[in-house]
Amino acid sequence: MIRADLLQRSRLEGLQGSKSADRVPAFVPSDNRLMTRSRRLNAVGRNVLRKEGIEKVTGTVRYIDDLSFPGMLHARTIRSTIPAGEIVGIRLNFDTDGFTIVDHRDIPGRNVVALIEDDQPSLAARAVRHVAEPILLLAHPDRDVLRSADVEIEYRQTPPQYDAGTSPAIFKTIAIDKGDVEAGFRAADVIVDGDYRTGHQEQLYIETNGVIAVPDPAGADHGITVYGSMQCPYYVHRALKILLGLPDEKVRVVQTETGGGFGGKEEYPSMIAGHAALLAWKSGRPVKLVYDRVEDMLATTKRHPGVIRHRTGVTRDGRLTAMDIDVLLDGGAYATLSAVVLSRGVLHATGPYGCDHVRIRGRVTMTNTPPNGAFRGFGAPQTQFATEVHIDRIADRLGIDPVRIREVNALRPGDTTATGQRLGADTSALQVLREAVKRTGFKRRRRQLSRGLTPGSDPSRTRPLRGIGLSLIFHGSGFTGGGEVKLASRASLALTERGARILVASTEIGQGTRTMHAQIVAETLGIPYDAVEVNAADTGVVPDSGPTVASRTCMIVGRILQRCAEEMKARLGRMTPKQYLRAHGPLMITKEYERPAEMRWDDAMYRGDAYGTYGWACDVVELEIDRDTWEVKPVMFTSVHEIGRPIHPLLARGQIEGGSAQGLGYALLEEVVMRDGRMANAQLTNYIIPTTLDTPPMDIVMLGIPYPHGPFGAKGVGEMPIDGPAPAVVNALRHAGIDLREIPATPERVMRGEVSSFES
Amino acid sequence: MIGSIANRTLLQPKSLADALKMLRDEGPLTPLAGCTDLYVALNFGTLKDVRFLNLWGLERLRPIGIRAGMLAIGALATYTDLIRSPVVRKRLPMLVAAAREVGGVQIQNRGTIGGNVVNASPAGDTLPVLAAADAVVVLQSAGGVRRIPFNAFYTGYRQTVRRSDEIVVALEIAPIRGRQYFRKVGTRAAQAISKVVMAGVAGTPPRIALGSVAPTVIRAAQTEAAIAGGASLEAAQRILADELSPIDDMRSTAEYRRRVAVNLLAQFVLGR
Repeated sequence: MIRADLLQRSRLEGLQGSKSADRVPAFVPSDNRLMTRSRRLNAVGRNVLRKEGIEKVTGTVRYIDDLSFPGMLHARTIRSTIPAGEIVGIRLNFDTDGFTIVDHRDIPGRNVVALIEDDQPSLAARAVRHVAEPILLLAHPDRDVLRSADVEIEYRQTPPQYDAGTSPAIFKTIAIDKGDVEAGFRAADVIVDGDYRTGHQEQLYIETNGVIAVPDPAGADHGITVYGSMQCPYYVHRALKILLGLPDEKVRVVQTETGGGFGGKEEYPSMIAGHAALLAWKSGRPVKLVYDRVEDMLATTKRHPGVIRHRTGVTRDGRLTAMDIDVLLDGGAYATLSAVVLSRGVLHATGPYGCDHVRIRGRVTMTNTPPNGAFRGFGAPQTQFATEVHIDRIADRLGIDPVRIREVNALRPGDTTATGQRLGADTSALQVLREAVKRTGFKRRRRQLSRGLTPGSDPSRTRPLRGIGLSLIFHGSGFTGGGEVKLASRASLALTERGARILVASTEIGQGTRTMHAQIVAETLGIPYDAVEVNAADTGVVPDSGPTVASRTCMIVGRILQRCAEEMKARLGRMTPKQYLRAHGPLMITKEYERPAEMRWDDAMYRGDAYGTYGWACDVVELEIDRDTWEVKPVMFTSVHEIGRPIHPLLARGQIEGGSAQGLGYALLEEVVMRDGRMANAQLTNYIIPTTLDTPPMDIVMLGIPYPHGPFGAKGVGEMPIDGPAPAVVNALRHAGIDLREIPATPERVMRGEVSSFES
Repeated sequence: MIGSIANRTLLQPKSLADALKMLRDEGPLTPLAGCTDLYVALNFGTLKDVRFLNLWGLERLRPIGIRAGMLAIGALATYTDLIRSPVVRKRLPMLVAAAREVGGVQIQNRGTIGGNVVNASPAGDTLPVLAAADAVVVLQSAGGVRRIPFNAFYTGYRQTVRRSDEIVVALEIAPIRGRQYFRKVGTRAAQAISKVVMAGVAGTPPRIALGSVAPTVIRAAQTEAAIAGGASLEAAQRILADELSPIDDMRSTAEYRRRVAVNLLAQFVLGR
């Protein structure tokens, strides 16, 4: 199944850091202290060195733009400048000599970026649905000559649709019903309504999207290899087969070291890989296509903007009797992953609360803006922002404490979610809430600050306004519903002389995939961490382990690897790997995902176990607001996460800190300014993400309540940290007297929020 | 989106005289030095200029010192030079405060005060300081030197009185009496472009200048006169609000800029 020559090839091409193997950096501790530590036979739960850590910190890692192939051309994408209409004519105002030029007519297979709906063309033929839609591809040996080529496109424009709410084109609707929501409202003492809005967000991975396509030497049955920065090599593999009309074995996709993804390299690499491949196919030469930052921001996917409406029935003592929730997401011009984003969004729309009567209606519609897609959190940050701000407003209306209302309604083991999922013993909403409240002295601090906020307490207005707020959230680990069963992910483990080699399609994108997988395998086999190697994510060699998304790489793929290792250990018996290989020859174990026996999901009715399990978290933000400029400065951030058992506590903490910082950016700073369907601030100068100076000290706590079906009790961690900061910030602002229902809470919005809350 | 450099030319003068001759004989040329604004335009694909004159190596334009009682700052003085200069710290601490708020360390090492002046962005962080300090811009051409008051240097949005054969060689600032004030309100805590930037000198009369609230950096002359005439803070704030002409753009709103400027005036006047 795994061909030795292919393995050999991936190693020879040395895409995974052969440089550092040649030249060990001088400052590796010479006393072998680190080596000795990692030789101890327990890997899980320890902060071992990252597999690619030394290469990264010494700068020897090679990213896609560091790579070159003989005879390679550079590529450029010519994109639409209108939001909606038709292409009438294309003029090439340059000497085309030496250029390879590709349009939709050059596509050998189907002109689609194959994903869910197959509605998005690789290259627009006539219709244009958004600004920056790819129309034409150019390649040339000289990057600068390529940049100077002038292409003029004539259009017939049609009126664009920018309002997701009135758009007649609906990509997907989802309905979830539990109990009888009207009966729930009748049982309520108070009904509270609220509308909440969230904006676009750019993933802003440090490394922009980029690929190199290398055609095999021409022949009757030649194929193509694409190297690139990506999360999901098998998504790219499938899209290329369909675009080029090639069979499985003629397409090979190899992930190169990837400088961040955050979902932004989940589906988009299928587009850019297709473009490079088309140019390589036509020219017969390797083609490199790497976006600059402006192009990456203008053209690639963003987080879906959302409008979420809540109508909630509640008793006087704070018990939820009915939750009626309407979720609207703006999908942009093509379907991409919108249906699945909506799914995760609605499945998290109640927040981590129990309620007997729930009605959720979700829809995602088409607008003439660049397609929105995957971004860490995947719909849940939008819906939980709304829920958590709404819950605080309900508490205000009832005159009860924000902690109390959450304690009353938080999901407990044995409770059921909106889809009827009965929750297991690892349901930790109350634990994370109580721990966060205790650590921050939340109630006392809130009272203290409230006294400071009373009129007359600061007559000179010299002190900044201060507020404290919290959010309680949950996040499902792994694919939604039957997704994991459908994916049927596989992972392989090969026996080596020293130990084992991991073969998975899961990608290392900065989050620690290789390290954490190697820890799981080392621990299971009872061998040193250093004796476990990780193969490149190369579709020519590794099985399809599913995409690196959905907080599934540890809990789902890690568990498959653990089962591989368990079988390998049994096969080895008392033999060392070397002895086994001499006696029996090569050993490769491949296992497929196995659904936990009790999991059930009905996709037609949206009933059942939406996720294998959930992580739980509570964030507390204390912030101050400059009275003169309305600038908001978080001064302390506390997050208590329950993610099962962390395999690598330091990496897990890094995920929580990084995700929280990204969540604070979502809350306060990050605003995509869309003008006439075009991102007007597609530059790092004007798209504002937090710097270190904008990021408060963070107190991060992980409560380990093991999940029985995760490897060593682990659950997912990657996405959840971005769900909580925004509502905690907005709740803290409300505590300080600023009533906002929209993020980002820029100083301009805070100023207006202050006006409205003081005037009304 | 990155602009091509294929059809662009860079002239490399060996001396100031050489540079001035090139400007006279081989123009039009766009002078460049730190390139910190130029590269943003090049990378955004909006750089129109094709012929450039590299001033970066002209060391004579870099020193900062006292000449005839005036603080004389060479046009090529970088933000780092300004931050480190004992005479600037002593005489013009508000300029040090402004220089510290520009970009990050790399930008501070490359960006020059002359570039900030000639680039003529209404958001330039040092410009309100120079306006409030009543600086003089020293322009030189092959034909000689002329001195223009900083507050007469800008004629409109990104427009200056500089002729195409001239370069800004220095800025001169007379000694200043009175407390100095500087505040930049950017889009985040660091590495940000100003949404409102204000500098002030609390003398008699007071001098108040603002950036990012009009097509050019401006002196708030009517507000200054009102304060000098004994107007209340509230009255001065109303006058300032009328004196500004901010706009809505991708970074902020006119309303926000006006209200923040009014609040900063209170900080300045009350010495907060």
